[in-house]
This record gives sequence, structure tokens and C-alpha cells, in this order.
Amino acid sequence: MSLARRIIPCLDVRHGQVVKGVRFRDHQIVGEIEELALRYRDQGADELVFYDITASPEQRSVDIGWIERINRVIDIPFCVAGGIRSVATADAVLNAGADKISLNSPALENPDLIDQLARRFGDQCIVIGIDSIAEDNGFQVRQYTGDPDKMQAARRSTFDWMHEVQQRGAGEIVLNCMDADGVRSGYAIEQLQQARRHCQVPLIASGGAGLMQHFAEVFQQADVDGALAASVFHSGEIEIPSLKTWLHSRQITVRAA
Amino acid sequence: MNRQVVLIDSGGYNIGSVKAALQRLGVNAELSTDPDRISAASHVILPGVGAAGPAMQKLRALQLDQLIPSLQQPVLGICLGMQLMYQHAEEADTSCLGIFSGTVKRMPAQVGIRIPHMGWNQLEWQIASPASSALAKAMPAPAWMYFVHSFAAPVTAQTLATASHGGAFTAIARHRNFLAAQFHPERSALAGQALLSYFLRAY
Repeated sequence: MSLARRIIPCLDVRHGQVVKGVRFRDHQIVGEIEELALRYRDQGADELVFYDITASPEQRSVDIGWIERINRVIDIPFCVAGGIRSVATADAVLNAGADKISLNSPALENPDLIDQLARRFGDQCIVIGIDSIAEDNGFQVRQYTGDPDKMQAARRSTFDWMHEVQQRGAGEIVLNCMDADGVRSGYAIEQLQQARRHCQVPLIASGGAGLMQHFAEVFQQADVDGALAASVFHSGEIEIPSLKTWLHSRQITVRAA
Repeated sequence: MNRQVVLIDSGGYNIGSVKAALQRLGVNAELSTDPDRISAASHVILPGVGAAGPAMQKLRALQLDQLIPSLQQPVLGICLGMQLMYQHAEEADTSCLGIFSGTVKRMPAQVGIRIPHMGWNQLEWQIASPASSALAKAMPAPAWMYFVHSFAAPVTAQTLATASHGGAFTAIARHRNFLAAQFHPERSALAGQALLSYFLRAY
């Protein structure tokens, strides 16, 4: 047997509630964090990502009360993203029960932070999230994507940045392909195939899931370790048990819940 | 049954998650580094996340490196806690607790085999071993467990279950009153809960 491909619902958190938005805009409340976390756990999600989408642009760090509440009810791994910009905040988030911490804009502001966190906590819990967009000069990194008014180019090529974060101690990379995000027409297979060649650590695809077929494509064609999605799970359009049964029938290794 | 479960507070970040998992089983575990509290416990758990070198330094500073191997009650090592129970860790050339024989080594990266080994993998039981069969009966089949590690223990006579990531390694080991798991039962849903229940019940 071998490692299962992971199905990872991402819950965007804003002011302590799960929200959704299309292309990072117009957020609507989806529900309470613990209730949704438990529902996904019961459905057989392999891991959960809680992304505090307000944290980074507003220059504040995550509130850890909700992390402690999740830790009490959840028995699958979960990752907290958003607003972690210091060793002290990382320490508080991990102590509250998060298995991993994911950094995006703060790692771009201060790449040394990756080294500090990896040394202190081990690279296995350091995830680097990268928001990437196709431009004339190749795939480029975007920063502060949680807020359309603050979003800016990070002046880095996506694959150069992927190499750098691995050297600095990233244990996993989540590549969010912004052109595909929210439009449900499939993961950005070509970009992810290229990214796979630049990535020695686990790689998670993000952005574009709309059909069960898209999950099969991204696992089979881009060899990613996990696939992250939000709206198709929140809306109930794709049920995780059916998705896993279908992937299994396509000879893709998934965990039976 | 009157259980006094002590979680050795070795500084790993999964301690809170292990405590919460026990709480869901109705067990209020105490966090401690006090040799007297640990010795008096009905069950002892050594969790751990991080690197072997600093973790062993901490156990030595607390004088627990002598105490832990001498414990007579059921002891469960989790992840790094398991690795510390072996004789030696390749990581920083660290001398460990010596409960299990063998050296814990870095898992080799290969084509398509990413390190850290991170995610859900299936247990494979050592069917020739009666202890393995007994545990297998208490677990769901297949038993999927959540792993996060870059180092692993070799397969020996003390192995009850293996998992495979580029090659087989020990996922569960047992020696006398010592049980050890490379994966995180506290994060392995119902299969992990079954392992914790088995430890609390059958040991």
C-alpha cells in the first residue's frame, strides 16, 4: 500500500466564522467553525485548512480561541493559515492544537521567518502557501490576496520562490492558482505539472475544483499529494464520500473514511 | 476502571491534541515531568514532535532517561516519543532510551517518494505475531493512520505493524509493557481512537 492522496476542504475564516467568496471577493457567511469542521471530519476529509483571510491585510495575528475549540472536537489534522508573522504567534497557534501553520504574505515580507520557524518547530509543520498568477513573463507570485484593495505583485517568479522556501525549510507547499480559483473549471494542471518538477516536498493543489473529474485529473496528471477545495464542498455539490468512492474506482489511492 | 494517565510533558506540540483525544475517550490525563507522578500513573504516554537531539537532552535534564525504561505500567510512545524508545537516532547521532533495539534513520527520498512522509497510510500487520493479531482484531480494517515524519524505525521482531513509503518501516512496535506508534493516533480519526482505546483497555 502507499500514501493516500489527500482531500482537503479549506474553510475561510473571517471574524470567527466560515465565509466564502468568488475570486477572493464578496464574502458570505457559510456557518460556524466547529460544526463545519465536524461535518467534514465525519464525511472523511483527510485534513482541514482554516484560513483567516482577514488577518494578513489587517496586520493582526490570529485569535487562538477558535483553534482551541477545533482541537477539542477534531481528530484529523488541521492547518491554520493567515496572520502568522512571528515565532511567538506560531508557538501560540501550535500550542492551541494546530498540526501545521501555513504562511503566505509574511513569508514574502520576511523570508528568514521560514528558517526560524523550521528550526524551532521542525519543517514538518511549516506550510508555505503561494498565490500564483500567469503573466507574460511566466507564473508570478501575488501578495495580500485576502483583500483586493491591498493585493500586489510580490515581484517573484512562482518557481524561484518555491525553490527558496524549500531551501529555507518549508515542509509542504500549497500552490493556489489564482486564474483557476473560484471559477470551477478544473485545477491549473499545466502550472501544477511544472510546479511538481520544482517541488521535493508534498505539494497541494488549490483553486479550480468544480467536478469530481478535476480531482482525478490533478492527481493523475500533476502527481500532487493533496487537492484543496472550498466552495464545491461547502455547497454540497461534491460530497466527499462519493468523491472518494469515485476516485478509488479510478485506481487513485484514497483513505476510506 | 481507575486510570491515572500521565502525559510526559516533553515539549512536543502534539501534547494538547493527545490530551484532547483522551478527553474524548473520557480520560482526564495529567501533564507532568515529575518522576513520582509518572511512576504512580496507571498508564504513561510519551508524545513528541520535533527533533530527537533536543528531546533526549530534555529527558536527561529531567532525569527521565533512566526512569522511562524502568517503568512497569503500560507506556505508549507516539511519533518522536516512539523514536526515542529505540537505542539510537541517526538524527544528530543521538543515544536514546534503548527500550526497542535498532537505530532510527532518515527515510530516503526517491522518485515519487516525498519526505517528510506526510499524510494517511495503511497499516500492514505482521500476521505471524500473536501480539500483532490481537491488536489487529481491535482495529478497523483497513487501518488508515496519519503520519508526519522524516525518520523511521527498522522492521524487527518487535514490530507489530508496518507501513510503506518507499520501503517498509515500523508503524507499531511492542516490547513487554511498551507500545509505540510512529503515526499520530490523536489525529487518525476512528482508527487512531481504536488504538488509544486498546492501549487503555488491554494494557
